[in-house]
Amino acid sequence: MSEEIEFDTAGITKKFMYVNRKAPYGTIYALEVLEAVLISAAFEQHACIVFIDDGVYQIKKGQDTDAVNMKNFSKTYGIIAMEKEDADEDEDMDMVWRIIVEKESMEARGLSTDDFVVDVEVIESSELAAIMAEQEVVISG
Amino acid sequence: MKFGILVNEGPFTHQASDSAYHFVKAAIEKGHQVMRVFFYYDGVNNANKLSAPQSDDRNLVKLWGELGAEHNVDLVVCIAAALRRGIVEENLADGFRISGLGQLTEVGIAADRLVVFGD
Repeated sequence: MSEEIEFDTAGITKKFMYVNRKAPYGTIYALEVLEAVLISAAFEQHACIVFIDDGVYQIKKGQDTDAVNMKNFSKTYGIIAMEKEDADEDEDMDMVWRIIVEKESMEARGLSTDDFVVDVEVIESSELAAIMAEQEVVISG
Repeated sequence: MKFGILVNEGPFTHQASDSAYHFVKAAIEKGHQVMRVFFYYDGVNNANKLSAPQSDDRNLVKLWGELGAEHNVDLVVCIAAALRRGIVEENLADGFRISGLGQLTEVGIAADRLVVFGD
């Protein structure tokens, strides 16, 4: 095995965006984006976690995966909400986390904010594009 | 410019890894630095040395390893994604190393641009 290489990231805070586009089951993207988000919290970076298209189903309440024999990981999004709360409350920490649902995707699927396992900001596509343009690192799945 | 690269798909079903490989090669030829290529999702399959494509097909596993060795590019395979797909030290191709997801965040912070290749 090659030796571990580390980069000096001390004192650098960047704007990260994680774009969730896919339904929670059927492909592994949702689960593995979630894992990436959770790991990134340790680096104290800004993060926008965005749900668009079928990605909005990832945070839908009342998921029951027994019949498809998949792990129901929807409760794990609660950890993101907790990370966001920590970031909001800790005044010494320069870290802003946002959880965003694209309005058009939500409405097209007959959903409202009451349907989600976490509190979200609902933002229109055009405004979301502007937020996306401000980001420094965009990771999608 | 200092690039970080994220490869999200394996070597066969999608073209993403080929495109990433050509991008990295071209960037280095133009004098840019590629700090790290991070393999995530099915991208970890690019590091499976048991992969044996037909002889008239390109062997992307080998090509990545050679590119990494020749230009000292850090090729990192995500451990969580790798383990669930059966990529372990025993079948890890030359030039790659297995490490944590934090290495993706790290290169996102350290590089000028993180370029994502996926579906």
